[in-house]
Amino acid sequence: MVSLDHTSATSSSSVADEVDLAAEQAFRLPLRAVFVGLLVLALVGLFSASNGAAGLPVMGVVTSLLDHLPLIGVDSALSDRQVAILFQIRLPRMVIGMLVGGALGMAGGAYQGVFRNPLADPYLLGVSAGAGFGAVLALGFGLDIGWGPFDPVPAAAFVGSVVAVAASATIARGSWSSPATLLLGGVAMAALFSAAQTYALQRLSETRSREVLSWLFGNLSTSGWDQVWILGPYVVVCGTVLILHRRHLDVLRVGDDEARALGLNPARTRLLVIGAASLMTAAAVSVSGLIAFVGLVVPHIVRLLVSNSYRVIVPLSALVGAAFLAFVDVGARTLIAPSELPVGVITAFVGAPFFAFVLWRGHGSTA
Amino acid sequence: MSQTISPAIDLPTSSTTASSVAALHCRAVRVSFGNVEVLGGVDLDLVAGEWLGLIGPNGAGKSTLLRSICGLVNFEGSITLDNGQTPSATDVALVPQAPILPEGMTVSEYVLLGRTAHLGWLARESRTDRSIVATILRRLDLDEFAGRNVARLSGGEAQRVVVARALAQQAPILLLDEPTSALDLGHQMSVLELVDDLRRSEGLTVIAAMHDLTTAGRFADRLALIDRGTIVAVGPCAEVLQPELLSDTYSTALTVRTIDGELVVLPAPRGENK
Repeated sequence: MVSLDHTSATSSSSVADEVDLAAEQAFRLPLRAVFVGLLVLALVGLFSASNGAAGLPVMGVVTSLLDHLPLIGVDSALSDRQVAILFQIRLPRMVIGMLVGGALGMAGGAYQGVFRNPLADPYLLGVSAGAGFGAVLALGFGLDIGWGPFDPVPAAAFVGSVVAVAASATIARGSWSSPATLLLGGVAMAALFSAAQTYALQRLSETRSREVLSWLFGNLSTSGWDQVWILGPYVVVCGTVLILHRRHLDVLRVGDDEARALGLNPARTRLLVIGAASLMTAAAVSVSGLIAFVGLVVPHIVRLLVSNSYRVIVPLSALVGAAFLAFVDVGARTLIAPSELPVGVITAFVGAPFFAFVLWRGHGSTA
Repeated sequence: MSQTISPAIDLPTSSTTASSVAALHCRAVRVSFGNVEVLGGVDLDLVAGEWLGLIGPNGAGKSTLLRSICGLVNFEGSITLDNGQTPSATDVALVPQAPILPEGMTVSEYVLLGRTAHLGWLARESRTDRSIVATILRRLDLDEFAGRNVARLSGGEAQRVVVARALAQQAPILLLDEPTSALDLGHQMSVLELVDDLRRSEGLTVIAAMHDLTTAGRFADRLALIDRGTIVAVGPCAEVLQPELLSDTYSTALTVRTIDGELVVLPAPRGENK
């Protein structure tokens, strides 16, 4: 029997505070966690900036960075050559790594939310296959579709990704209210574009196809400030769209039907979120190639360590993804120096065991 | 059964939404899935403040009618409020038959989802929304559960949490889709009595699809008997709970007895089966 008789006003007001506190956790949590995430990101940034083929002293990096801030003049201990390495090579690459990692992490979290599927990753709707096909066409057949600051390969990869996602959505007849149909559309398109990509690769000379393959594995080796300016706006704009919709992703966790009964339009949310996440992923892939594992695993790490709420997962996956990729890229640059490892190989090497460890620790809960 | 019924939930915002436009009108509501007709022209008027029980065999269309009312299925015909508008999530709240309780979501987060319809597209919950939720949790004796994982609640607890989420919608009409089918007898009664108390104190109008005819007769003001997508009888419980009518609809011999002034529906003794 539910008792409807309530206790004195004083005790119930303190109870209300408690409830209010618990309810507010969903908002406070990200603030604290985001602060920790930013701190980690800054540390990784310093580590990344000071390690590489030529080691730079950490203090030198810090003072040199401070020196470049307006209104601050500090004498950095770095030589001109070291400053050039830092600003022309190290930093742009690090920033690209963070942008790509952040984009993939956040897009992965968003995809897992809209598809209500813990196995979803940002490549689910054919972004990767489309990008691969576009890159093969550009590299192998000399398609010159570069414009402005865009090189042909990233431009073609970007176009390929967007076409593949659009095709997936189209053959699913825009069924934004049916994740399963969309997902199958993605599988079909990914298969088609992969087949086209494989066929095109077969037609290429060996050196050309090797070039394509090394691009496909994913690396940040060609990163310069130009690419930061290309990728940055996509990540900022699309990331903002995703962050603004993070509450919707929590509503979607109760299923489309209940979400609709609660007053949400799941189809509209899905269209916007998938659109933003895919565009961001396409931009990232066009700059860095296919970097496995970040989009799938980073949201799960956030989930297992912090919270199952997408209000937390979406922003934190961006930070964790950024820190993770920038960190791992240091390994890609240094492990077999003077040559480089594809960073996508290391993300899998480092990410898989870590993920396995976190899972094994036994929180076991996903989705 | 002695219990104090506390006064209406004192909500920070105007809780006067309830009972002002509660009545609902269904006209020739028709629903087909493919070429299977699930509802074949339902006419039904809901009186503000009443509890209408929807009864009928499995597959008769009870759930589909409820889902039509909250706009989850496409239908022909019209479903309108008194003001002529199609009901939205601020007008009707649904307690689903098998609610999805996401792993790791806390009770307070879950109940806060009920505020969705009152928020702008990109807005987030305000302090007002949170205190509405706090008040409701307290009202339903769920305050100690606020931080608990909804996926780890017992059946009875979970059902109260789902009712709490529906209340957070502050909709004047509450739709219950077999709300107690997974509960034992004690929890069935406590959930239904909770809903009944809320109906009286908040001035809610309730439509509940119900399996158990005796329980339906006890809680509902009126019953609507649905069979194969059409309403075959609607009226006060005593008029609808007629042995011949029920036996026909449920295709088994049923008897109706009066025990202590309450109607009790039972399967006819075995010897009486045709």
